[in-house]
Amino acid sequence: MRSNRSAHAQREMTCDTVATVLPGIVDGDDVADPEVKRHVETCLRCQAELAQYRKVLRALHTLRTEVLVPAPGLLPDIFATLGAAGERRAMHHLLTGRRAAYVGGIAAATAAGAAGAIVLASRHRRHRHLSLAS
Amino acid sequence: MVPTEEAELVAAAKSGDKAAFDQLVRLTYAATFTLAFRLTANEEDARDVVQDAYLKAYRGIKRFRGDARFSTWMYRITANCASSLLSRRSRSSHDELSADEPLADTRAESDPEAMAEAGFARDRMTAALADLPPRLRAVVVLRDIYDLPHEAIAAELGISQEAAKVRLHRARRKLRERLFPLPGEEQAHAV
Repeated sequence: MRSNRSAHAQREMTCDTVATVLPGIVDGDDVADPEVKRHVETCLRCQAELAQYRKVLRALHTLRTEVLVPAPGLLPDIFATLGAAGERRAMHHLLTGRRAAYVGGIAAATAAGAAGAIVLASRHRRHRHLSLAS
Repeated sequence: MVPTEEAELVAAAKSGDKAAFDQLVRLTYAATFTLAFRLTANEEDARDVVQDAYLKAYRGIKRFRGDARFSTWMYRITANCASSLLSRRSRSSHDELSADEPLADTRAESDPEAMAEAGFARDRMTAALADLPPRLRAVVVLRDIYDLPHEAIAAELGISQEAAKVRLHRARRKLRERLFPLPGEEQAHAV
């Protein structure tokens, strides 16, 4: 009697252990341990549970081909969102371009001014040098 | 293998052709909506997720390598957008189902015997999926319906591959317990 109960308890424990790995091995996602395989081969309860997992997977796979029809208005909404994003992007480009043009213009003007000042200074120096020589 | 027409549209969209991107949207938006609805279990949320997903795709189309289908790329973006939305939702809500909380089958017509004979009805599976906690639902939908690899699922949901697997196994167990309970589990369910 005691040995029967002990064997039963051991089997129950093993079933519990196997139950935790069945969702992973049902589709070969996880590799079944040889001990688990041996247990499933001899345990009707675990075989039944594995079969139920296969049914769950088959049912999930049937949803692969199903495409739900969204309520009208989704497509225009998507295009409106994309349109708004496109306009924002265009505006950003425009502003960045103008900013670059302003900065470029200022830099060019500064460079031209500096060049002019250098030319004037060198002319003035040359003029003074000539008048001193004469 | 990516169809030629799709590859051409993707190439044109990458070079800035807005009309080509619009055409890609037309070709894929129903499938994208279907995934968004499966992930969020709510039509309004699904519509928001779809718009957000296409906006991200539009901004990031140049980064799309084109070695997978455009729809598959959209699935990954959609999963990411849905995950962000559901995370924001769960941070602001405290009554979300815990991943370990048993699912209650509230429908009176629940009849496992008849269901087993007739095979699964799609609407029953859809309802069971909708009742899963969002973080479990996301993984089982992406893996078992959309066939995304664990690596992609983990990346889009911002979790480790190990965590993705654990969630997947929990989700499968909950679906099995609900849709195909073993003797003894039915009573536990009824209590």
